[in-house]
Amino acid sequence: MFKILDKQVFSPVVKQMVIEAPRVARRCQPGQFVILRIHEEGERIPLTIADFDREKGTITIVFQEVGKTTRQLGTLEAGDYIRDFVGPLGTPSHIENFGTVICVGGGVGIAPVFPIARALKEAGNHVISIIGARSKDLLFWEDRMREVSSELFVTTDDGSYVRKGFVTDVLKEVIEDRGRDNISLVLAIGPQPMMRACCDVTRDYGIKTIVSLNALMVDGTGMCGCCRVTVGGQTRFVCVDGPEFDGHQVDFAELARRSATFRAEEQRALERHTCQCGCGGGK
Amino acid sequence: MAEKKEIIPKKHPMPSQDPRERIRNFNEVALGYDEETAVAEAKRCLQCKKEPCRQGCPVEVDIPAFIRLVAQRDFAGAIKKIKEKNALPAVCGRVCPQENQCEKYCTLGKKHEPVGIGRLERFCADWELARGVQPQEVALPTGFKVAVVGSGPAGLTCAADLAKLGHRVTIFEALHVAGGVLMYGIPEFRLPKRVVQAEIENLKKLGVEIVTNAVVGKFATVDDLMEEEGFDAVFIGTGAGLPYFMNIPGENSCGVYSANEFLTRTNLMKAYLFPEWDTPIKVGRKVAVIGGGNVAMDAARTALRLGAEESWIVYRRSEKELPARHEEVEHAKEEGIKFAFLTNPVRILADENGWVKGMECLRYELGEPDESGRRRPVPIPGSEFVMEVDTVVVAIGQAPNPLVPRTTRGLELGKKGNIVADPQTGATSKPGVFAGGDVVTGAATVILAMGAGRVAARSIHDYLMKKKA
Repeated sequence: MFKILDKQVFSPVVKQMVIEAPRVARRCQPGQFVILRIHEEGERIPLTIADFDREKGTITIVFQEVGKTTRQLGTLEAGDYIRDFVGPLGTPSHIENFGTVICVGGGVGIAPVFPIARALKEAGNHVISIIGARSKDLLFWEDRMREVSSELFVTTDDGSYVRKGFVTDVLKEVIEDRGRDNISLVLAIGPQPMMRACCDVTRDYGIKTIVSLNALMVDGTGMCGCCRVTVGGQTRFVCVDGPEFDGHQVDFAELARRSATFRAEEQRALERHTCQCGCGGGK
Repeated sequence: MAEKKEIIPKKHPMPSQDPRERIRNFNEVALGYDEETAVAEAKRCLQCKKEPCRQGCPVEVDIPAFIRLVAQRDFAGAIKKIKEKNALPAVCGRVCPQENQCEKYCTLGKKHEPVGIGRLERFCADWELARGVQPQEVALPTGFKVAVVGSGPAGLTCAADLAKLGHRVTIFEALHVAGGVLMYGIPEFRLPKRVVQAEIENLKKLGVEIVTNAVVGKFATVDDLMEEEGFDAVFIGTGAGLPYFMNIPGENSCGVYSANEFLTRTNLMKAYLFPEWDTPIKVGRKVAVIGGGNVAMDAARTALRLGAEESWIVYRRSEKELPARHEEVEHAKEEGIKFAFLTNPVRILADENGWVKGMECLRYELGEPDESGRRRPVPIPGSEFVMEVDTVVVAIGQAPNPLVPRTTRGLELGKKGNIVADPQTGATSKPGVFAGGDVVTGAATVILAMGAGRVAARSIHDYLMKKKA
């Protein structure tokens, strides 16, 4: 059992938890993920590590409530326990001094970008971060991102905060402004369409772009192959070969199709959950 | 043999669920002997002097002795006798390929059917489980700590043996429950999970500590366990968990599963209980399982129970070459599994949404024997045809999981990523590190993995005792 030490509610659907998991915290690196299972009947879901504290033995996760499991997770409070919490899984981000790096975080993807941006900055990079969300209430960690970035740009799709526009709009402006040759690498983490759009932008400029894929998974250790994705024409497993890949090589259309495999079942589970818990949710 | 007795030529049949009934549930197919049947079956044993059955048992159970006790109705004595050598009798009695092991050598079997040794073993184990398991004797603590990586059959056996010898054993398991392939792979209807967990509880009574959610190679390496966590020796029994795919076009379509995924969702995550349990699975009307081993049979029979109207085994050789146990093939046939022999897919066809809608296959004929001694399947040119299916399960084997082999310094690996270990001792190229089971041999059977766990436990003990001296 893994104790929830702290919970922050960023919005009705975006929440942060600090989990006591010393074995995970001891060795985890930016870019890695955990798999958790809330209770005995629960499913295993992967979440990218947002932060860690080796001394305290804690892992920070930030999640958006989209399905039954994340919604149920959102009802837990500090002091409650999560049944299973395993990690660190996946291959860590490749960190070195590349020069100037643009880190793009979209929505809940801001969280996993944070430790990578911090590591890149510590490695001596000039880190330009771009964070965005649909609206102001879904945006979080602006202050933390500012701390670990050399420059920070913020945008909202609806213009409810700072500026109106997508992260891709800002990405394009920054590349144009600095000049393609002055950008060594782009890192983009967020919803699949956002990562795909970022790759479309950078492809034209020929800037290498790393994305962190969120595929369906069961075990997370290379055993089931549920998370397979085509990268550069080859089948790779997101859980062990990734989650980070060269975005220009990823078959995003296939990833989107495979991610939707259980959409009907997910919907059914969610509906069943919302009527049982009596929250009247079901938004 | 004092008394002369009448020989009963056939094994007492195993009571089992009616096929029409069982394809609609996940309950165990084989129901087990009752006391009278067990005693009667035990009395079939000739108690011959040569005891040839014993050479067929990878964990060296004293088979004639336990059968004699069953015949004398001393069931407590019989299970005690089995457990001197076998830490998982309820499992082995169900899933061992006895026809290739103990029963293959049975003297009675030369002219008639062999004694149902597996069925008797299962009877004894179930008899004890129903009455509460008696704790086994454990030697005085030696002060040595041993880490066992992986809690499948190899790891569990190794851990049990070492614990009985007085060593402090910690098992590290990557998943959220212990049991490895016994939990995620073998279906409930063949090996009920409560049986596996009961055996694991017995292990805990020996003092074995089990840490779940612990992926060695990730939270700590084998080197860390030895250098930082003070383990004096490590046994690696991480199995063959990396699924092979066919690498044919369309294989990443929705509705194509590895057998591992299909079975893990169903067994470990209990997707057959969705939505009471949260993990979904989707099985269409017509399912094709590619492969001919036990895993393929398990997947095909699982598909039927999940509601498929038709479930096919698609195998590129003929029925004679099927690697699955005869009994599993028979069970599958009884349940209405269909077989497409000498057939292999070359392409998976998907609809506009990326879902499987068919499989383009080639027909094969058997040519000259290949290196495995079996006749090589040769495609017949121009024999392409489309099999209309909406779910495909790829069950063509598994490779050793690379997580531990790749992260352990100084470990010699084989061509297929397997760990190289001495079959006589389980010793690897790294001092203090031993390995056994599928991670060494590639995918094999539960009992062979257990045998390897036993061998390794013995040499780990020797290694530690030498260290002490």
